[in-house]
Amino acid sequence: MVSCHEVLRELSNYIDRDVDPRLRAEIEAHLAQCRRCSMVLDTTRKMLYIVGDDRVFEVPAGFSQRLHAALAKGIGA
Amino acid sequence: MTEVEAVDSHESHLIERIRAGDRGLFHELIRPYERSVYLLAYSVLHSPEDAEEVAQETMLRAFTHLNQLRADVKFKRWLLTIAINEARMRRRKDRKHLYESLDAVQDRAPEGEFMPREIADWRDIPSKALESKELRRAVDRALMRLPPIYHEVFLLRDVQHLSVEETAQTLGLTAAAVKTRMHRARLQMREELSPFFKKRWIDRLPFRKGKNPW
Repeated sequence: MVSCHEVLRELSNYIDRDVDPRLRAEIEAHLAQCRRCSMVLDTTRKMLYIVGDDRVFEVPAGFSQRLHAALAKGIGA
Repeated sequence: MTEVEAVDSHESHLIERIRAGDRGLFHELIRPYERSVYLLAYSVLHSPEDAEEVAQETMLRAFTHLNQLRADVKFKRWLLTIAINEARMRRRKDRKHLYESLDAVQDRAPEGEFMPREIADWRDIPSKALESKELRRAVDRALMRLPPIYHEVFLLRDVQHLSVEETAQTLGLTAAAVKTRMHRARLQMREELSPFFKKRWIDRLPFRKGKNPW
């Protein structure tokens, strides 16, 4: 059985499905009986869901207009 | 044709026409990537004003060097590489060169020593909540606390959804380095955001499920 330490080390790869099937099964067996590790996994996934949403990161108001105005001047079109 | 292939083919067509002299089409070519370029510059510079200037410089540079874009390199990746280089150049010019030595130390830190401190479960986050200013500020604060080398990787991979390989190519890193930095960035982001998202004890009380009793 893998330890909490090993599960945490592979957490990111596990989320990305980038671990071999044997290790994956061991991690899953560990998660099934370790509340702490499964909570870290669950909250990491929630974090990724939040930051992956387009609405969370904004560009400053008027950014696009200023960019295209500067570009028009720079390229002459 | 898949959606990706359709975008690629439309871009190749635009690039050809711009190279042939139809300069105005450059506006259309860059429009889908403005936000990505800005956010990447912001991840390096941590300043909205500097990031905006770098975004403008990046687009102008891309225009003047468009002839150098090879057919086997995607425009998006090429543009983001210019953006990261422009942003890093500006950072070096600033007082912020101090970051570099700090980054180097942190990147050498032994792996696997991180133990999460925040274990509490998080609230469910309704889609609408992602538009709240308070949430955006919390995420921004957490990102600002990431060392820049983690910030760049995290931004490309988890915010912009580039693959590990694309992130590695854009930043000039190995795939292994991307994975290591991404892993640390994710754990740190989770840790930083936990105080904001964790369930308060009062949310766990059964009477909160229905109407407030007062």
